[in-house]
Amino acid sequence: MKGPVVIVIAVIAALVGYFAAGAINKPAEMKAAAPAAKKAEPAKASGGTLAAVKAKGVLSCGVSTGLPGFSAPDKSNKWSGLDVDVCRAVAAAVLGSADKVKFTPLTAKERFTALQSGEIDILSRNTTWTHTRDTSLGLNFAGVSYYDGQGFMVSTKLGVKSAKELSGAAVCIQAGTTTELNLADYFRFNNLKYKSVVFDTSDQSVKGFESGRCDVLTSDQSQLYALRTKLADPTKAVVLPEIISKEPLGPVVRQGDDQWFNIVKWTLNALINAEELGINAGNVASMKSSKNPSVQRVLGTASDMGKKLGLGNDWAANAIGQVGNYSEIFERNVGKGTPLNIARGVNALWSKGGIMYAPPIR
Amino acid sequence: MSDQADKAGTTVAKPPPWNDPFVRSIFFQVVAIGLLGYFFYSIFDNTLSNMAKSGVSTGFAFLTREAGFGILMSLIEYDETHTYGRTFFVGLLNTAIVAFCGIILATILGFVIGIARLSNNWLVSKLATVYIEIIRNIPLLLQIIFWSVAVLQALPDPQNSIKYGESFFLNNRGLFLPKPIFEDGFGLVTIAFLVAIAAIVYIKRWARQRQEQSGDQFPVFLTSVALITGLPLLVFLAMGMPISWEYSALERFSFVGGSNIIPEFMALLWALTMYTAAFIAEIVRSGIQAVSHGQTEAARALGLRNGPTLRLVIIPQAMRVIIPPLTSQYLNLTKNSSLATAIGYPDLVSVFMGTTLNQTGQAVEIVAMTMAVYLTFSLGISAIMNWYNKRVALVER
Repeated sequence: MKGPVVIVIAVIAALVGYFAAGAINKPAEMKAAAPAAKKAEPAKASGGTLAAVKAKGVLSCGVSTGLPGFSAPDKSNKWSGLDVDVCRAVAAAVLGSADKVKFTPLTAKERFTALQSGEIDILSRNTTWTHTRDTSLGLNFAGVSYYDGQGFMVSTKLGVKSAKELSGAAVCIQAGTTTELNLADYFRFNNLKYKSVVFDTSDQSVKGFESGRCDVLTSDQSQLYALRTKLADPTKAVVLPEIISKEPLGPVVRQGDDQWFNIVKWTLNALINAEELGINAGNVASMKSSKNPSVQRVLGTASDMGKKLGLGNDWAANAIGQVGNYSEIFERNVGKGTPLNIARGVNALWSKGGIMYAPPIR
Repeated sequence: MSDQADKAGTTVAKPPPWNDPFVRSIFFQVVAIGLLGYFFYSIFDNTLSNMAKSGVSTGFAFLTREAGFGILMSLIEYDETHTYGRTFFVGLLNTAIVAFCGIILATILGFVIGIARLSNNWLVSKLATVYIEIIRNIPLLLQIIFWSVAVLQALPDPQNSIKYGESFFLNNRGLFLPKPIFEDGFGLVTIAFLVAIAAIVYIKRWARQRQEQSGDQFPVFLTSVALITGLPLLVFLAMGMPISWEYSALERFSFVGGSNIIPEFMALLWALTMYTAAFIAEIVRSGIQAVSHGQTEAARALGLRNGPTLRLVIIPQAMRVIIPPLTSQYLNLTKNSSLATAIGYPDLVSVFMGTTLNQTGQAVEIVAMTMAVYLTFSLGISAIMNWYNKRVALVER
């Protein structure tokens, strides 16, 4: 009887002593070894996202739950869209194949937590770059892939011509978006009254609009065009001309991993630079013999831009070859030939009257 | 004597401390608490240090910052300029109101259906059975969405509202009612109401004493009804009807003014009531069936009619069986109200854990606060029901 008890006491005492000593002597080590393994993961991933992605052999990419033109599953259940192509380009640059991406559909509410907790490596989900999100969520915005602005869609039969006439309207809106705040600001500033009906997903907010629960649907204007195509009868709704906010959308990564941040940032820049330099998916092989030093630097035939990112020198060539340059991505997903039918507008290159401008690769 | 002997015994054979059962049990409990404390401390500390390392802001300072977003329904004054802390209370009250109304309606409906299931009328009892079997076997979320869609799709737009008289309008923006505006002197009506309640309590006690002493019965119920309606009404008329109504009026988009019950609230309340009532009905049936038939026969032998038999003999005994599972149904209803977020009803989860969380990004604090609210609600309901259970528990004499 005595024997086992003494042993148990001794073991417990040893454990307590071990932990106590650990707590006093090596607090840093302890935190790493502490039991909350789930929370420790993002910390471990910081600085090691590239290695982790290479080890997994697949890029985890957070996208929307279904927004035509930006990220939506097509008929064969493959994800496509502008945001999807950004992820595919990063996968091509890092892993050599644009198909090595695992897409995780996220609601607006879930997206930042998913990125913070390390569930995804990159968030490419029509997410607006704002001061608060950049500074207090532990995230970094890696550039702008689409310049958007918030607009309103109303039912045609109401005969509304301007957003200034909307006082007293019920507005359908998606939870957890900057649109919720812009809406409140705009109506308050213009002394208009409104009622906001908040839904979890953009699909639900469209249903609310369609069923007549709301008079107005508000969202980024690109989304409104996309959502309008989803209506049973698109001619019954009209998008108002006012744009009430700036919504620069772009890919987001976790803070604290500068290498990964650089990879995403410069992959996006490479796509935009490629359009400027005339490199596209079709001519990427022949352009490799180009005499233009800028083209040579992008495609890795001269100097070692890829090495500086910790990638192969053909990183950009892979991304452009498999996904296309920015122009190809834009036209394929949201441009003139698509149901969304959005003109380049401000998203045209800076040299062509827009504001899309990428720092040089040199 | 024996105490002394014991003491003497222990002094003689006092074991070493590591063999003393008392010391040993204290030791193990201290160790267990210590390990548990360390476990929670390390989770807490680990979370904080990891959040600091990855640059996520922490703390509760955000509660005093301006929220800047609108909320569809609020029981307290709220607009965009109020704080995030205020959004917490708006959401909390929206959850509380739907849970409170749901509990009352589900109890009434549940009792009616539970008793109907025991009815001798074949049709009534089969209808109750069908209701129970259908409703409680379909997931609640589906029912909420069904009612939300059914309510929204079935109702006309504001321009073609269903009218009840000139002041009640029903459309897909909800039910619009005249809003009472209390004028000077209405306070006296409230006081009259309170006086009536006090009088009823007193009369009930007096009637009971009188019955115990003399056997004479007093019509307490009728007197109570007369008092509670008559007294405030008299004061109301005497004060010259100090109340006026604000009516809803149709503007370009919808009705403005008056009170508005939003359709999301109606759909959620309806679904929660229907669903929980099915379970309560079964609890009521089991409670009544748990009272042996001999009790009814005994009551009859004493000369009690059907009504008093049920009210004075069966129900009080059935309540002992009904209350504990009824409590857990109340708790379920309260917690299930968080499914509101699926249909856009601005409850605590939708407003605070949805929008506020997303705007501030402070997941740990906000989720903890939300959990604390549900925990408090549930413990509160439990406490009330336990107190009530003690009151109705069988007192053996």
